[in-house]
Amino acid sequence: MAFGAFGATATAGGPQAEPAIRRRSKVALFLLLPGILYLALFFLAPLLSLVITSFQAPVEFGDIGQYQTAFKWENYTTVIGTYAPHIVRSFVFAATATVAALLFSFPLAYFIGVKLRRFPLLQALALTLVIAPFFISFLLRTLAWKQLLSDESWFVSALHGMQLLPPGEHVTGTAFSVIFGLTYNFIPFMTLPIYTSLEKLDLRYVEAGGDLYASPASTFFRVTVPLAAPGIISGALLTFIPAAGDYINASRDFLGSTDTQMIGNVIEANFLVLQNYPAAAALSLILMVAILIPVSVYVVRSGTDDLI
Amino acid sequence: MSSLSRWFGRYALWIYSGLAFVFLLIPIAYTIIFSFNDSRRSNIVWRGFTLDNWTQVCQSQGVCEAFGNSLVVGVVATLLATTLGTMIAIALVRFRFPFRNSTTLLLFLPMATPEVVLGAGLAAEFLTAGVQKGIVTVILAHTMFCISFVVVTVRARVASLDPALEEAGRDLYASPTQVFMRITFPLLLPGIIAAALLSFALSFDDFIITNFNSGSFVTFPKYVYTAAARGIPAEANVIASAVFVIAIVFVVTSQLSAAAKRKRLAREG
Repeated sequence: MAFGAFGATATAGGPQAEPAIRRRSKVALFLLLPGILYLALFFLAPLLSLVITSFQAPVEFGDIGQYQTAFKWENYTTVIGTYAPHIVRSFVFAATATVAALLFSFPLAYFIGVKLRRFPLLQALALTLVIAPFFISFLLRTLAWKQLLSDESWFVSALHGMQLLPPGEHVTGTAFSVIFGLTYNFIPFMTLPIYTSLEKLDLRYVEAGGDLYASPASTFFRVTVPLAAPGIISGALLTFIPAAGDYINASRDFLGSTDTQMIGNVIEANFLVLQNYPAAAALSLILMVAILIPVSVYVVRSGTDDLI
Repeated sequence: MSSLSRWFGRYALWIYSGLAFVFLLIPIAYTIIFSFNDSRRSNIVWRGFTLDNWTQVCQSQGVCEAFGNSLVVGVVATLLATTLGTMIAIALVRFRFPFRNSTTLLLFLPMATPEVVLGAGLAAEFLTAGVQKGIVTVILAHTMFCISFVVVTVRARVASLDPALEEAGRDLYASPTQVFMRITFPLLLPGIIAAALLSFALSFDDFIITNFNSGSFVTFPKYVYTAAARGIPAEANVIASAVFVIAIVFVVTSQLSAAAKRKRLAREG
């Protein structure tokens, strides 16, 4: 019904102004309410369920997976005690993958955003190649790396042949292969935001650095990198968040082993296999809070209007 | 020697970027090549070229059913998320309302939350509420995480819309419905289509949230995850390769047509 009323900017002034504003706020409510209610029901309420579940205690003499509402703080100390290595590993792996993705992406984003500026069609093609991995199944592209890094692959045979890898050592199932997989899978999240800030980079600033006798290295670190900082920061968050919570790459059937399990793996195991819901909920909230710390710094610095 | 090093310095970035693109494409090429492998049970060793996997893709137990399930979930979740997200995007650009900052934050947070937390949270909620997991819970979950991405995509389009066009419609005595159907909606359509494609892609490839909320319902990524322990059939590679080719053709055509349009506009001044 009232869709056409949005953007009724022309009706300001005159006797019609009052009812028009009231009608428009009704329209705003009509537009917002369904989506906001949906997110309240399926985003906020689940977080609340996690909080309640994380304090639950087992039902006395009950079956596995039966819990009752309680206020069992110990759930948190227990999971931290049991899974401290997994929690630390998640953040170390995710941070390493983020740095690796940044080192890989920056020159590539610079190439696409600055060098290919004069060739719009090539630039569009290059961007398509960057996001191409997203069009092939996440699980299959990770399995492809598992095969490519397996002992039978020519790459690993060559490493063994050149004695770079001691006999009996593998590439898959190690911390290296998990970090490698995390890096590969989230590279586009890093490259695209950096490209967006470099694409707008005014090359005259870089030239000015040279004119003022700055070395290319100091121009790069004092002019180019600060101008690309917004892209680097959003790229780092977009890579770190999914990497810290991922459990595909670290899974035994993919690039990991029992020694590389991350927090996502133990959340999955506790929830879906062991039916230890309070432990899974407590671990999820620990992960969520740890992620929210860097995110809230970002939110405060960028302001809420630029968030989305 | 010095001329060689100068040549290298000049083209180093080109060489690096070329190698980087090759690196990004390696697992894609691997997946596509092994869709033509004449494998029997597990698709690990190359046994020769065949088209059988492509011509008899549904031979392998459950692949096509899982693919069909993913299509249904993707289409329904996309329709729901695109509708809800487009309405929010219009409201965010065109109206001032109380709790505006909280609304923005509520839309941003699902994108900043790890998927495993979203998945476990929904599963905890469904468990508490006694809801049976299945296709409905998967659709509800996918719609949730797609909404924010729709808002981001459509909002940019609404913001670039010139209100004078709608004003002109009203001046010519068009009713509010006519203004929306004939002016606003067609102008927003490219943004809405982009948002819908993004939603579909996110839903189609989602594994983590689906795994927590699907029960015995199998989507294509869940099929691959379960099959990974005993060996993936080549038919799964066929489906992934076909989806990849369709997506790439779609993106490249839309880029070429956008480039052609820009050129035409530039010529006409």
